Amino acid sequence: MNKLALTLASSLLGLASMATAEVKVGMIVTLSGPPAALGQQVVDGFQLAIDDLDGKLGGQAATVIVEDDELKPEVALSKANSLVESEQADFVVGTVFSNMLQAVFRPVTESETFLISPNAGPSTFAGRNCNPYFFVTSYQNNQNAEVMGAHAQAAGFKKVFMIAPNYQAGRDNMEGFRMHYEGEIVDEVYVPLGHQDYSAEIARIATSGADAVFAFTPGGMGVRFVRQFRDSGLADKVQFMSVFTTDETTLPAQKDAAEGFLAAGNWAPDTATDESTAFVAAFEAKYGYVPGGYAMQAYDAAMLINSAVEAVGGDLSDKDAVRAALKAAEFTSLRGDFAFNTNHYPIQDFYQLSVTEREDGAWVTSVGEKIFEGYEDSFAAECSM
Amino acid sequence: MSTTLILIQVLNGLQLGVILFLIAAGLTLVFGVMGFINLAHGVQYMVGAYLAYWGYGVTGSFVLALLMALPLALVMGLILEFLIFRHLYDRDHLSQVLATFGVILFLNQLAKVVFGPASLSVPPPAFLDFSFTLVDGLLYPAYRIAVIVAGLLVAFVLWLVITRTRIGMLIRAGATNPDMVSALGVNVRLLFMVVFGFGAMLAGFAGVMAAPIFSVEPGMGDNLLIVAFVVIIIGGAGSIRGAFVAALLVGLVDTLGRTLVTDGLRLIMDASAANQIGPAIASMLIYVLMALVLFWRPEGLFAARAAR
Repeated sequence: MNKLALTLASSLLGLASMATAEVKVGMIVTLSGPPAALGQQVVDGFQLAIDDLDGKLGGQAATVIVEDDELKPEVALSKANSLVESEQADFVVGTVFSNMLQAVFRPVTESETFLISPNAGPSTFAGRNCNPYFFVTSYQNNQNAEVMGAHAQAAGFKKVFMIAPNYQAGRDNMEGFRMHYEGEIVDEVYVPLGHQDYSAEIARIATSGADAVFAFTPGGMGVRFVRQFRDSGLADKVQFMSVFTTDETTLPAQKDAAEGFLAAGNWAPDTATDESTAFVAAFEAKYGYVPGGYAMQAYDAAMLINSAVEAVGGDLSDKDAVRAALKAAEFTSLRGDFAFNTNHYPIQDFYQLSVTEREDGAWVTSVGEKIFEGYEDSFAAECSM
Repeated sequence: MSTTLILIQVLNGLQLGVILFLIAAGLTLVFGVMGFINLAHGVQYMVGAYLAYWGYGVTGSFVLALLMALPLALVMGLILEFLIFRHLYDRDHLSQVLATFGVILFLNQLAKVVFGPASLSVPPPAFLDFSFTLVDGLLYPAYRIAVIVAGLLVAFVLWLVITRTRIGMLIRAGATNPDMVSALGVNVRLLFMVVFGFGAMLAGFAGVMAAPIFSVEPGMGDNLLIVAFVVIIIGGAGSIRGAFVAALLVGLVDTLGRTLVTDGLRLIMDASAANQIGPAIASMLIYVLMALVLFWRPEGLFAARAAR
């Protein structure tokens, strides 16, 4: 469980090629507890990219070491230390959760190892504390909520009821929603993390006169909230909008309870680029489930590393050259247009997503209207790099 | 507005209360009769929910899944008792805590390996898949009412068994003075095993009933276990009656508190401060209640071993 070293079979093939170096990637993701589904998406998405590249990154044999942070900062920290010190990893890919990123950030970047986040994009490292060794292939955490708020404004919802768990990310997402939404917030309710029963909150929504609800209830919380919301009959009267609540990790349990619910994001499995279509087909064939944004962003992280290693010809000793090559982002992202901002967070398009049933019966998010084009996060200006 | 809200919260409180009671009933007997601390009791709740999910997948019927899950939960409890717990009765509490905590880790991980880490769902039975209209446009699912009714029925049956049958008499005697019961020639080992198995089955039943309302996921019983311990401490270890009263009390205080504390604070401070402080205070209420009960009645409300 602790260590799952995947030395790829293709390193044998390396005998035939002229490969002399190898690229070592350490991964720190959450593979324990209920959120393990997210970490598994990251691992599988990254692995699929390596397979597509015949076990190589930038033409060099690739080794991937997967570590589980168990959603505990001290575990994440010790895993990060062992990856950069004993394993001498060239790149560290992680993490899923922002508080895990806080734990691994200093040891990895201070050892001058490139840290690439396939999901967590906290504001803390986007502004003044941006770092030359840190790149993000996902988004800045607040952005999805900002996009959802912009959509609520454009769609003309007058009164919105907000609900989120009582911790930092809950407050950040509510702030994000307010950024572009100018209508009335009739109420904002904080529930404990892991909340089970939402019927009181649902009764509040019903009596608040809201015409839309904005929720940030990730994982199992979202499964319960969405099903209870549907059972209450409110779904026909109040539009359900959310972030990290109806995605490919929760929809297998939510199914038709989430039908027509809105979300926001940078990608969905039906994104119509050739690369994305091929990725989704290959992913489902190999792993037997529908990839979400987590898998897409991990795939992109692998392709980003691949492009950088290739650009420097396998010579990873010149850190400035590697950084410049990473910054250039000379790869085709599955989501379409992709570039790094000055703070190494992406500049990308955002869409309104909605939950639908695919022809094969799988419940997925589907790309709707494009809300922002080339959207930047609001912290980049504070970053001087 | 507030009457509807309070009505809903009372129903929710009762529902949480009966689920807590089903878990705490087994726990309080095991703790009261055997003096055995079983942290793994919450896992039985998770096992019940997963059995319901599995049974539903196999049969396509919630009722059949329930009928399959109950004996399997019983067997699961007996297997755990036979393999692990019976070797711990004579050990000190620290060994019991360590070993049963290990069982939690093992079974949570096993659930993840077998069913995957993601949250799963079970639909309610078709004949209960309708709703009552509470106010205009707001429905309350019939299944939730059914959970409350089923929980109260089980409590009633349990009360009959405990007060009216020979086995119930032995259990009560065992909770009050286990040494004397043993000296009178009762097979205490067998008694323990029966208590244990049925305790596990009740927790499993709670898990089955909860599966259509909440989500089925690894570790789902861990938080409830802590609250179940609060219940048996308030009710008095070994007392079924105490567990029943305390479970309903804790369920109501917890759910009503979540609404009333924040609303009450809004009367005396501005809304955003109330939104910050309210949830924090509400989550402390049941522990405050426990502290108060312990202050006035250190043995709990209905102490089974009052003589000591």
